[in-house]
Amino acid sequence: MEKAIKRYWPVFVLPTMAAFIIGFIAPFIYGIFLSFCKFTTVVDWKWVGIKNYTRIFFVNGKLDTTFIHSLWYTALFTVVTVLIINVVAFAIAMALTKGIKGTNFFRTSFFLPNLIGGIVLSYIWLMIFNSVLANYSKTIVSTQWYAFWGLVIVVCWQQIGYMMIIYIAGIQNIPGDMIEAAKIDGANNWQMLRDVIIPSLMPTITICTFLTLTNGFKLFDQNLALTGGNPGKMSQLLALNIYDTMYGTTGWQGVGQAKAVIFFILVAIISVIQNKLTTSKEVQA
Amino acid sequence: MAKKEKITASGPKKKYGTLLTVLFTIISLLWISPIFVVILNSFKRKAYIFKNPFGISNVPITRGYDRWVKGVEKTFVGFLNYTNAINKTGFFKAFGYSLFITVASVALIVLCCSMCAWYITRVHNKATKVIYLLCLFSMIVPFQMVMFTLSKFANMLHLSNPVGIVIVYLGFGAGLAIFMFTGFVKSIPLEIEEAAMIDGCTPIQTYFQVVFPIMKPTAITVAILDAMWIWNDYLLPSLVLNVNKYKTVQIAVQNLKQSYGQIDWGAMMAVLVLAIIPIVIFYIFAQKYIIEGVMSGAVKG
Repeated sequence: MEKAIKRYWPVFVLPTMAAFIIGFIAPFIYGIFLSFCKFTTVVDWKWVGIKNYTRIFFVNGKLDTTFIHSLWYTALFTVVTVLIINVVAFAIAMALTKGIKGTNFFRTSFFLPNLIGGIVLSYIWLMIFNSVLANYSKTIVSTQWYAFWGLVIVVCWQQIGYMMIIYIAGIQNIPGDMIEAAKIDGANNWQMLRDVIIPSLMPTITICTFLTLTNGFKLFDQNLALTGGNPGKMSQLLALNIYDTMYGTTGWQGVGQAKAVIFFILVAIISVIQNKLTTSKEVQA
Repeated sequence: MAKKEKITASGPKKKYGTLLTVLFTIISLLWISPIFVVILNSFKRKAYIFKNPFGISNVPITRGYDRWVKGVEKTFVGFLNYTNAINKTGFFKAFGYSLFITVASVALIVLCCSMCAWYITRVHNKATKVIYLLCLFSMIVPFQMVMFTLSKFANMLHLSNPVGIVIVYLGFGAGLAIFMFTGFVKSIPLEIEEAAMIDGCTPIQTYFQVVFPIMKPTAITVAILDAMWIWNDYLLPSLVLNVNKYKTVQIAVQNLKQSYGQIDWGAMMAVLVLAIIPIVIFYIFAQKYIIEGVMSGAVKG
């Protein structure tokens, strides 16, 4: 059978691969190449070696902290959102698997914000934040910390429903007899949670943690629409910082591309760790 | 379903049940209340949106009913914000482009990637192995890594229009889709396909008459996940499309913020409502598939 199928590659594989080369492979390889060049379009490149990479941190011999700032700002943002989203989503999922009346409606409303895109979501909250803060003569971009918590609220509102759905699926997959057995053994609610539910949810917890982790790291739309990086680039997360470097000032495209390569390496490291963790967990289960 | 009932039985006693229902009714209404605030404000005069975002009159009711009613009349402007918003953003045109790009891209991704996935699972050689590994690899690459080169290439290849961007989406979305489809194809028993081929089907007939119908659940999952991604995507279309000619809904919303940061909040409220309504309608009709898609998508991705 394999032989018969083999001849048909122009039908089955060619269209996808042609698009894959245009949409991913060529831009990726050329992107790495351009990070070592000075350029304004893809055809006027001039090789400059690692100069773009040093210019991320040093400008005219002086230390430039913008990228480092956005790096730790992103890291902090990611840690905070991962914690809040997962704890709240898990708590809601626990409550919504008890079979209380109206579960379907609750699930529907918690999930709804997730379907609305980052740009639209951000303007909804920008209006609410700024009209409330106006009473104190402040705006969401008064300081980087207003912007920080504003972004945290928007992202939590968006993602809690999504993670809740995944947690519900995980909780419903716990075998009922396991819980019955623990009950007969006299486990109280806390013991049940700590010794039965959480251990059997470990694969789900790993998935949700890494989904929220990469989502936090790659966040862009909400950042652009809610704060625009203000005040003075202080609330720029990594993705927006790269975008701003690339399209904000001419002559800096190479530096932006170099930042993107570093960003890619960071995201790749997180994904590889995730893959190691999930596969080892699967082997145990 | 049986599993769910078992857990239900081990849940709290009945008296907590009602309490939880009341509590969650309040929480979930509060949860979606920002959307109601936007709907309310979309009918208000611009100046009153920030002065009094949560109320319906600029005069408190304690100052007498008549004055309160006058305040209500003064606050609301009917559909003025909507006509403004539609004119300013060209909303219906943007909606049309968004709809076309999303539907066409999702259809193309599901069709092409499922075919490709079937081929690379059934044919074992170096090339198919490399394709699979490249797909896995593409899933961990963030868009920022390719955004500059991708948008320039798309421009050079004349893909900066609603038809061309569909090809870009196929290319950039292929990784995840192929990964999910291959996961499913591996679980289809070979015998079914062999029987079809012995009966004289060509591979193409076998694929469309036998394999693709079996793949339907995965196809729905991929379609839902990709539709959510493409409809809400801002950065890729804003860089790839010629935005002077073609705007998607997301681009139209973002463009209401002018370069110096000024926003017409009346029009913004209206355009937000217009952007949310289709999503809510879609959600109501496809809820079952969306929730299932998210569940199975997470387990595999």
